[in-house]
Amino acid sequence: MYRYDEFDHTFVTQRVAQFREQVARRIAGELTEDEFKPLRLMNGLYLQLHAYMLRVAIPYGTLSSRQLRQLGYIARRYDRGYGHFTTRQNIQFNWPTLKDVPDILADLAAVEMHAIQTSGNCIRNTTADATAGVAADEVADSRIYCEIIRQWSTLHPEFSFLPRKFKIAVTGSGRDRAVTAAHDIGLRLKLDADGNPGFEVLVGGGQGRTPILAVTIREFLPERHLLSYLEAILRVYNQLGRRDNIYKARIKILVRETGRDEFARLVEEEWAHIRDGELRLPDGEIERIQAYFAPPAYQALDDACPELAVQRAGNRAFDAWVGSNVEAHKRPGYAVVTISLKPHGGIPGDASAEQMEAVADLADRYGFGEIRVTYKQNLLLPDIRKGDLFALWQGLVAAGLATANAHRVTDIIACPGLDYCNLANARAIPVAQAISERFADPERERAIGNVTVNISGCINACAHHHVANIGILGVDKKGKEFYQVTLGGAADENAAIGDIVGPAFDEDRIADAVETVVDVYLAERRGADEPFIDTYRRIGLKPFKEKLYAAH
Amino acid sequence: MPNTAITANRLADGFVIYLTADGGWSESLADAAVATSDDELEGLQAVAERAARAGTVIAPYAFDVETDAGRPLPRGRREILRTLGPSVRTDLGYQAARS
Repeated sequence: MYRYDEFDHTFVTQRVAQFREQVARRIAGELTEDEFKPLRLMNGLYLQLHAYMLRVAIPYGTLSSRQLRQLGYIARRYDRGYGHFTTRQNIQFNWPTLKDVPDILADLAAVEMHAIQTSGNCIRNTTADATAGVAADEVADSRIYCEIIRQWSTLHPEFSFLPRKFKIAVTGSGRDRAVTAAHDIGLRLKLDADGNPGFEVLVGGGQGRTPILAVTIREFLPERHLLSYLEAILRVYNQLGRRDNIYKARIKILVRETGRDEFARLVEEEWAHIRDGELRLPDGEIERIQAYFAPPAYQALDDACPELAVQRAGNRAFDAWVGSNVEAHKRPGYAVVTISLKPHGGIPGDASAEQMEAVADLADRYGFGEIRVTYKQNLLLPDIRKGDLFALWQGLVAAGLATANAHRVTDIIACPGLDYCNLANARAIPVAQAISERFADPERERAIGNVTVNISGCINACAHHHVANIGILGVDKKGKEFYQVTLGGAADENAAIGDIVGPAFDEDRIADAVETVVDVYLAERRGADEPFIDTYRRIGLKPFKEKLYAAH
Repeated sequence: MPNTAITANRLADGFVIYLTADGGWSESLADAAVATSDDELEGLQAVAERAARAGTVIAPYAFDVETDAGRPLPRGRREILRTLGPSVRTDLGYQAARS
């Protein structure tokens, strides 16, 4: 894993001291809220519905066991014993007091973490493929490029006050595991004809009130030009993006209104000035960063693991969990494990301090002390020996973390919604809980197969409802919560924005509506191998719509 | 004019608070001063703005309330939740102490 250099350490420590003084001045009445608000936001401190909320950056979703243990400590010492993992692969604490925040930031700095650039109109944490470095199908380890982007974008003076926030995503293979098409910039690693790594560059994706999929402006960008090309895109955006209307300020609007070809031309024109300048990655730099992500000390194992087959045959619950939560690893004899933070009927993405510590311990015992946060609000252990899966699973069962539902209908993404968020119009979590309880029968859930269900509590779409197979958007109608359903969205390499099915459902009918959608799919699919999205693409919206509104 | 009260968040912990008739702040909406006329509302808003300038409260705003025997009750999901805490964690927020 990457470690801070001396510059990072010194800077973060200075920032903590600076913020400590700013908090003291605010409490003493020397700063007004108008003066203090931009300062607290620059340090990740928001004001939510019931209390402050601190958003901590987890660079490209990668954590060491030491860091996760520290997050657990912070949850217990300063908060209410839990944290919430987000679709941005960050963690949020919902109850910090103002005076404690400098101490929290100091405790974070002690494990090379911070909350900088988790707010504001700057370049935010890079969304990453959670299986980077271990996925059997990856072209190259995307963490290396995420780290190069982190170093470049952190405190970038030119891009600290962009027209609006800016999010970059990197995926390591043809399979998109970072929702690249819904980001301001999406980078898809690929190889050129000579086998050299580079990127397909997409730009102008986004969700919110105007969902737009990113368009490709460059089919192949050699890796050495990564930063100069990103800088060229950001410069065009910084100069031409709208600052007069917050709803039209994201790069997606600029790209749409400028047109892909013209936008690409502007980028190439800017890039021509800087491509061979100081941002060109020098020989050796990629290798230097690569060294931080050197593979751990894998053992030479057979890929076949007879012991695992016996354990699966002897335990149905374990077998089901392996079936849904364990994926192929690039090394023989190893596996990639998703730890679901979606217990049936639970709160998506929440983990208690004890659970964070348990995962950290299991990562040390059975992995190489590394944990990933996925954009689906789960955790992932990247390097588990197949022979250790059963023991790991038993440890997860003990911690209440062995739900066998990764990628299934109850693996629901939900934003905090009106239960916590100041921007929300409706609650999202109770809807997720109701749907999760409805489909809690493991056999039924397995029979339904892989499907994405995402629930946002407002049009800002933090839960990515636009790109869910079944998307749910909470809206407020005269103080009452209603839920609009979209179908057919997709967040993978065949990204799509869902179609609105019809009038919204009230709180009491939304779980029924989702069940109806699933029933139509089950009735219409061509065998169990046809996933929901394929059936939807084949039969379209109409059969679902007819069934959903048949009684009205 | 609908019955109106003033709410804000407390500087120290961000908790929800309500402006009371004596110019103080309470964690309970039941204690809130209720304005029934524009003049009364303006008076309350002036007090709230002074408190915000003094730095003890954040982001005060007026909101419509129902009244039951003169005591204010929240209208709409957002204000109901603000009086209680998250509906999905009844062990947290004001509701925890009141249950």
